[in-house]
Amino acid sequence: MSETIAFKPETLTQVHKITARYPAERKKSALIPVLHLAQKEFGGWLQVPVMDYVAELLEITPIEVYEVATFYSMFNMKPVGKYVLEVCQTGPCMLKGSDEIIQYIKEKLNINAGETSADGLFTLKTVECLGACGYAPMMQLGKFYHEHLTKEKVDEILELCRQGTLALD
Amino acid sequence: MSKKLLLKDAHVEGIRTFEVYRKQGGYEAVEKAFKMTPDEITEEVKTSGLRGRGGAGFPTGMKWSFLAKPEGVPRYLVVNADESEPGTFKDRYLMEHIPHLLIEGMIISAFALGAHTGYIYIRGEFAWIPDILEQAIEEAKAAGFLGKNVLGTGFDLEIYVHRGAGAYICGEETALLESLEGKRGNPRLKPPFPAVKGLWESPTVVNNVETIAAVVPIINITGAEYAKIGVGRSTGTKLISACGNINKPGVYEIDMTITVEEFIYSDEYCGGIPNGKRLKACIPGGSSVPIVPANLLLKTINGEPRYMNYESLSDGGFATGTMMGSGGFIVLDEDQSVVKHTMTLAHFYAHESCGQCTPCREGTPWLYKILKKIHSGQGTLNDIDLLWDVQRKIEGNTICPLGDAAAWPVAAAIRHFRDEFEWYIDNPESQTRNYGLAHYADPIPVPAKAE
Ligand SMILES: Cc1cc2nc3c(=O)[nH]c(=O)nc-3n(C[C@H](O)[C@H](O)[C@H](O)COP(=O)(O)O)c2cc1C
Ligand code: SF4
Ligand code: FES
Repeated sequence: MSETIAFKPETLTQVHKITARYPAERKKSALIPVLHLAQKEFGGWLQVPVMDYVAELLEITPIEVYEVATFYSMFNMKPVGKYVLEVCQTGPCMLKGSDEIIQYIKEKLNINAGETSADGLFTLKTVECLGACGYAPMMQLGKFYHEHLTKEKVDEILELCRQGTLALD
Repeated sequence: MSKKLLLKDAHVEGIRTFEVYRKQGGYEAVEKAFKMTPDEITEEVKTSGLRGRGGAGFPTGMKWSFLAKPEGVPRYLVVNADESEPGTFKDRYLMEHIPHLLIEGMIISAFALGAHTGYIYIRGEFAWIPDILEQAIEEAKAAGFLGKNVLGTGFDLEIYVHRGAGAYICGEETALLESLEGKRGNPRLKPPFPAVKGLWESPTVVNNVETIAAVVPIINITGAEYAKIGVGRSTGTKLISACGNINKPGVYEIDMTITVEEFIYSDEYCGGIPNGKRLKACIPGGSSVPIVPANLLLKTINGEPRYMNYESLSDGGFATGTMMGSGGFIVLDEDQSVVKHTMTLAHFYAHESCGQCTPCREGTPWLYKILKKIHSGQGTLNDIDLLWDVQRKIEGNTICPLGDAAAWPVAAAIRHFRDEFEWYIDNPESQTRNYGLAHYADPIPVPAKAE
């Protein structure tokens, strides 16, 4: 299958830049950064053929990629919507009302945590502390944080997503 | 009093750029350090009394002096920017606002350690910060402070940013090194310590972002002057990230002589508690340190004021005290439920356990389940004893301190708020009212506002 999967040339250039950060015989160190690139380029999650392709690129065995991909919470092991709303639910955010925000999103999108909306646009993920506790409640969407969330702010964000104008990276 | 060494220029317009940073006196410490020998720099750091700002508070100069220096083997400097301890967001602030301070600190530290490569391991979710750091690295390189033959001294140094991908455990230094090697973040058995066998089996120093940044003012003002700031073994300044039920959440730099009361209530810092509510409890050093009720937070058991420093916060041990930890200061007002808060933390640790040790892998979800049972009104008095028993069996029986970090918050919650647990058990029908609070809050006066 891996013949159908290949990074764009400009991504490959990035991969080479990444591997150059480590000693030549330590190419495996590039694994996590390269998996980030792969997840972004191949549909927001890591399919087995994608992981096999990364293994080939870094000259390691596929199992070495699988065991890493499944360990880290940022790697998705199943398909996700175009917009993944990752809302923090840990203590400090809870003190500031993250429960209500999560509940509000669930009702608005008619999904539970871990699910994707019927139109394939949104996935809701509850996550653990993202290092933004002082600006709670908060969520991550793509590359950026959205902090001091209120219901109104959530409405705005969802609307921008629907219009396709929210910056993801 | 606020004494600013790290954040003094944080609000200067354009401080993220090399040009402005340099104009504010940036990189002068590098120039000064290159006139010293590596050993002299390490001595200076020892004299300063600087202790690791990642949580454990280990003396930095001493850590550096343990670094093995076999001939022909590379040494590495690794900066721990994993910052995932709930309540902690200070390193993020530093990197976002004054990235050059970290780069400058790394240059001096790498020179002192004889490391020619430095990695900044940053948590994956801080996805926009690597761009900021890489920009700073580029600028420093263009100005001759990085790369081959730094400032014509013959010293070579490259710094790279390495993103993680979501795993609290990768903040533990040996898990971090595993992760940097492209593996799962499973902590290693120690010894050997990273100073002997670290990244790719080479001698490695792992330090927190704030620790490395603090090296800059130490070189600028000298270790002896740095040591005069603060009190006792709590020298220099500390970044505190304050959150929860306070008027002014944010990152504050303090010299460690102020009282906890001043920190919470003065307008210079947290600005008090919103809506005239009373203080119930606080976790002053990140989620892993014991929670303390308001009366023990503001005063030690002997009735002395408690201060914002390593010694005073831990006064009384775990029976009546807590810890400075990472400086993640979480405030709970009278409306908050300690049981619920502790439950979210238990969920956190269960989620973040790497799974290598049975007590941690099995015990952490168990803690969460019992807490959930109690919180949802299904608990029995036996569950409180079971909770106590399970946390006791995790503590001290694991490869890395995550097990302890999961056990301590639960132990402290039971120790100080047993009545609240019992209240949940006795009042299964009303989970949203006062949590048996009167018992704890009544003896706590609302301190007069500091002027
Ligand atoms: C579970 C766990 C998580 C940790 N997370 C961090 C972290 O996010 N950042 C950090 O600097 N240190 C963290 N530490 C402490 C590191 O292991 C190590 O002590 C620290 O990076 C050393 O740097 P310092 O001496 O400058 O504090 C963690 C430790 C444990 C056990
Ligand atoms: S204590 Fe927990 S996190 Fe640490 S090594 Fe053991 S299982 Fe992993
Ligand atoms: S608890 Fe939500 S960002 Fe820290």
